[in-house]
Amino acid sequence: MHAKQRHALPGFGLTLGVCLAYLGLIVLLPLAALAWKSASLGAGEFWAIVTAPRALAAYRVTFGCAALAGLVNLVFGPLLAWVLVRYRFPGRALVDALVDLPFALPTAVAGITLTALYASNGPLGRVLEAHGWKIAYTPSGITVALVFVSLPFLVRSVQPVLEHLEPDVEEAAATLGAGRLTTLWRVVLPTLWPAILSGFALAFARALGEYGSVIFIAGNMPMVSEIAPLLITAKLDQYDYAGATAIALVLLAGSFATLLALNLLQLVTVRRRSAGAA
Amino acid sequence: MRRWSASLLAAALAAGPLGPAGTARADASLLNVSYDPTRELYRDVNAAFAADWKQRTGETVTIKQSHGGSGKQSRSVIDGLEADVVTLALAYDIDALAAHAGLVPADWQKRLPDNSAPYTSTIVFLVRKGNPKGIKDWDDLVKPGIGVITPNPKTSGGARWNYLAAWGYAAKKFGGDAAAKDFVGKLFKNVPVLDTGARGATTTFVERGQGDVLLAWENEALLALAEGDGKARFEIVVPSVSILAEPPVTVVDKVVDKHGTRKVAEAYLKFLYTPAGQEIAAKNGYRPRDAAAAAKAVAKFPAVPLFTVDEAFGGWQKAQATHFADGGSFDQIYTPGR
Repeated sequence: MHAKQRHALPGFGLTLGVCLAYLGLIVLLPLAALAWKSASLGAGEFWAIVTAPRALAAYRVTFGCAALAGLVNLVFGPLLAWVLVRYRFPGRALVDALVDLPFALPTAVAGITLTALYASNGPLGRVLEAHGWKIAYTPSGITVALVFVSLPFLVRSVQPVLEHLEPDVEEAAATLGAGRLTTLWRVVLPTLWPAILSGFALAFARALGEYGSVIFIAGNMPMVSEIAPLLITAKLDQYDYAGATAIALVLLAGSFATLLALNLLQLVTVRRRSAGAA
Repeated sequence: MRRWSASLLAAALAAGPLGPAGTARADASLLNVSYDPTRELYRDVNAAFAADWKQRTGETVTIKQSHGGSGKQSRSVIDGLEADVVTLALAYDIDALAAHAGLVPADWQKRLPDNSAPYTSTIVFLVRKGNPKGIKDWDDLVKPGIGVITPNPKTSGGARWNYLAAWGYAAKKFGGDAAAKDFVGKLFKNVPVLDTGARGATTTFVERGQGDVLLAWENEALLALAEGDGKARFEIVVPSVSILAEPPVTVVDKVVDKHGTRKVAEAYLKFLYTPAGQEIAAKNGYRPRDAAAAAKAVAKFPAVPLFTVDEAFGGWQKAQATHFADGGSFDQIYTPGR
């Protein structure tokens, strides 16, 4: 679009080179080590490990709970961002700061606190279990922990976009006769959608690898509430480094595929919107 | 001047982040990498040993402790955590130091008396006050409707003792491994939560109110009684037979030679065998080896027939391969369609 423009940083070649070297060192090198470690397994052995019934059940729990937690935050994260951006109320700065707490809190502390709260003798767990809903030591508990740790991603990715979406736009829609729902659906959400998607992708990816907070509340029952990261830890504890990296590689491939798919989806929506606008 | 600072730098590098180099220094520092429930034990031992060492040699020694699941701790040491001594839950985890990193010689367990285990423990049941479910022995754990709390044997050394204790009981009583496998399978059907470590399982039972019975180290059960209103909430049930748990200790040869701490590290471990060390162990709920200390604490440690891993399972290497390795008897309990 802007063919020749003077940038603050020197040439494309240099910056790209630095970026690639950095990415290689920080991201690709450890990943290559991971792949290399699991390569000590034969293909048949690798396949047997990553498709064992326990492993398959663990992927189901991990990906399922992470997706569910992402979906919950997909609804409430943007809502929270909306309230924080659009309204001024006493204590707003405090609420704004609260959103980041799940980032700052050591995950083990979060896990222990949530378990204390949701166990059958905890203040919340007691009430919920009286209504036949067991949270702690079930996949529901895992989901609760993941909702907690991944909330900031949705809020923080939507918030800046919302700040740039002037209320004028909504007013304009209203003066043109759009109802509230139409405005939300046709005007606000399309603008926020890419940010929501990328927030969801980050939250999901974060939740896939989460160990510290989940381990206390999960119950860790094989085939039921055992997460893939626990399976990795168990293998490491048996000095089975190759087996552990095999499971890790599957987890990584899954999260990479999800991130890629969501990025593509985001790209498509942005293209379609700019095409529609033109 | 420059040479001096260069050699200082070299010395600092050689010493690593922990502890000074050379034996000439008056201040020594040891890192004791231990398993989960020994925090209180080694806090007491460290204070007593430091005082003793000061009195005998005039040197000041500070001992740092690190705790976690036994397997995880062993792996940290293999991966480079510079432990001068390790005091772990089972010999298998110290064997790993020899097998995977050559940090100790293969015959490390012969270097100290009593299989290098200065104190022992066993597996007992912790039940809620009044024993409302009437749990008396291993057979009661497989009855329907009993919630049994134990950590995961894959990730917890203590849980492996639990598992082998139950297995050994059933093999003896019902005759043979097939019956034992069936028994242990039924027992684990009654387990609602598998924590990763012994402390986590205790918390799940004590604080979160899960389950009717906790399979625990005797020392961990005694600690649960001693803390707060523990005596009013729980009681210990000693089964008819259990396992002799021998948590072993050793100096990590490669590390003490590098740190120059062999002398003080060896003295530290030998201190555990002295009457003073044995009394501290007994006070913290570990069964002392020393007859005099055991006689003093006889009320705390009821007599119970105990079998060893060597007798019942042919040693840790074999027990690990049969029961806890991938596809072993523990995994088979949770493999669907069996």
